[in-house]
Amino acid sequence: MQRKLWCAAALAAAVAPAQAQVGGAKAFNPDISLILQGTAASSSQDPENYRIDGFAPSGGEVGPAERGFSLGESELTISASIDPYFRGYMTAALTPENEVEVEEAYFQTLALGRGFTLKGGRFLSGIGYQNEIHQHAWDFQDAPLPYKAFLGGRYNDDGVQLRWLAPTDLFVELGAEAGRGRPFPATEESRNGANAASLFAHLGGDVGASTAWRAGLSYLRATPEERSFEDGGVTQSFTGTSELWIADFILKWAPNGNPTQTNFKLQGEVFRSKENGELGYDDGVAPATGDYASRQSGWYLQAVYQFMPRWRAGLRLDRLDRGTVDTAVPLAGPLAVEHDPSRVTAMIDWSGSEFSRLRLQYAEDKSRADATDRQVLVQYIFSLGAHGAHKF
Amino acid sequence: MRFLIVLLLAAAPLRALAALDIFACTPEWGALARELGGERASVYTATNALQDPHHVEARPSLIARARRADLVVCTGAELEVGWLPLVLTQSGNPKIQLGQRGYFEAASAAKLIEVPQRVDRAMGDVHASGNPHLHLDPRNIARVAKALAQRMSVLDAKDASYYLEREVEFQKRWQAVTLRWEREAEPLAGMPIVVYHKDLSYFIAWLGLREVGTLEPKPGLPPSAAHLAELLAGLKQSPAKAVVRSAYSDPRAADWLAHEARLPAVVVPFTVGGTEGAKDLYGLFEDTIVRLKAAAR
Repeated sequence: MQRKLWCAAALAAAVAPAQAQVGGAKAFNPDISLILQGTAASSSQDPENYRIDGFAPSGGEVGPAERGFSLGESELTISASIDPYFRGYMTAALTPENEVEVEEAYFQTLALGRGFTLKGGRFLSGIGYQNEIHQHAWDFQDAPLPYKAFLGGRYNDDGVQLRWLAPTDLFVELGAEAGRGRPFPATEESRNGANAASLFAHLGGDVGASTAWRAGLSYLRATPEERSFEDGGVTQSFTGTSELWIADFILKWAPNGNPTQTNFKLQGEVFRSKENGELGYDDGVAPATGDYASRQSGWYLQAVYQFMPRWRAGLRLDRLDRGTVDTAVPLAGPLAVEHDPSRVTAMIDWSGSEFSRLRLQYAEDKSRADATDRQVLVQYIFSLGAHGAHKF
Repeated sequence: MRFLIVLLLAAAPLRALAALDIFACTPEWGALARELGGERASVYTATNALQDPHHVEARPSLIARARRADLVVCTGAELEVGWLPLVLTQSGNPKIQLGQRGYFEAASAAKLIEVPQRVDRAMGDVHASGNPHLHLDPRNIARVAKALAQRMSVLDAKDASYYLEREVEFQKRWQAVTLRWEREAEPLAGMPIVVYHKDLSYFIAWLGLREVGTLEPKPGLPPSAAHLAELLAGLKQSPAKAVVRSAYSDPRAADWLAHEARLPAVVVPFTVGGTEGAKDLYGLFEDTIVRLKAAAR
């Protein structure tokens, strides 16, 4: 039976070659693509004891690349139209520790109309600019410091997202999300309703034929309970309200809008976080709780220039401002350290084609108060299978 | 508030006049949609002739334009695979999604050539459906025009006869000029040329030119020194008449090879707007033939 069906399909494909709608000539196979990544890295400080002093640890994977050779996450993406009304998408990351992590798994509506799109499942949040960009499409091997400190690297919650696009020539997009609160700075609670919510607005357009831009403003609100970290036998936990504002912009330039020869990209984001609530300190001897209020901020700015076909060079500046942390409770771990982390990163990369990239990256990372970490790494990113479309 | 009302009033009559809002991926389909749609269609062209059609970004301005479109007119054959799917899904516009009536692929109406027997990325950026640069054969333009006018008349049923009549008129004129071009281009038959990318294959097949090499070692890969040296050595054995590149491609490699091989370097418009002369679809073919004939002498 199966064989017969296959034969019929093959026959149908053979008789109607160019007549079929070409996008649909894949005989119902979804688009499948695989990203292979890996690094060879060297650093003057041990990545095992990486911390961002002045800030509460997020528990996310924010450390620099491991020393020596290491495999990065292999990303397997499967996507297709489900029917005329929905599209489905999944990215699973196979970690070098032989675990499978669901990075994104969502449905998206195609037929709501009036500029509305609804997404549901687990997805990269629309807040900020870089958050929605997949790691293999980043211009540097790791996330900017403010992403590491305020979002644990990136924010991909389980929930729903509604976007609305205005019917104007200027790109005006508004979005709202409600979620379970899985990632930092939220916490998962057994609660009816949402543990985190966000709002974002994006504006964008062109300046002449050569320049395109997008700017955005985002707000994330979470109500974490007992969000804790352990350091030196002390458990510090926070319960309260966590708010984060992000202002972002991206500007891309290419002569006549043709990026094949040369192009330039300028990208920056500013983060402001505000947390109010109760802080707990438990060293097993004299536990204490008390009021807690923090105002912290950070930003990064990066520029990438393709100076000839295949070759790009980039520079990134990151800075975090510890701001004010008001509490009568003793502080533990990195949060206790008075430090404003900063980092400078430079990279150069070579792309054999759209599907292969090799990168050399150097960073001077002052995340720790007492040491400068000099990191050098070589990274490869290869993409197999379906030709994915890249976000602006 | 008063300002807003004035603005709305000012915008309203413009909208009412054009019944069909068309989003064309590339200039040639924008030009064709204008030929067929006349004053009843307002056409937005997403890319210009100096942009490499393989490398377009899903810019916010494109998403904003797709939001309002009644009809998307693109090439298909995976040419727009790197950006169009994103523009469509982010547009929040159900009319233009894949498989809907507002989604039109020129490749669905044309005859595709250079369909690979098997596809592997080791062969470069090859397209499983065949060579997507199908608009450079005027007979394909005629086929696409027929299908597109039909689609437009379905989408805007009350103006159906308007589009179909314009299509008949267009076909008459187009058939006449196609015959004239075929006569005028007789000296091009058998003319050996080196091209940059396999984007002129339909033109070459139509008029019987002979492609004797490509500057790209594989489709989509930039010319390398080793490959250019090999090409040059080959040209010494069997010379070509010209090194031809499309307006959007990098001049350096083509100019170098033309200089070394003592051949004329010819720039052809590739699409509407690629050269001064290529103001519309007629100008596109007219100018391409004139430029190649100048080199054929």
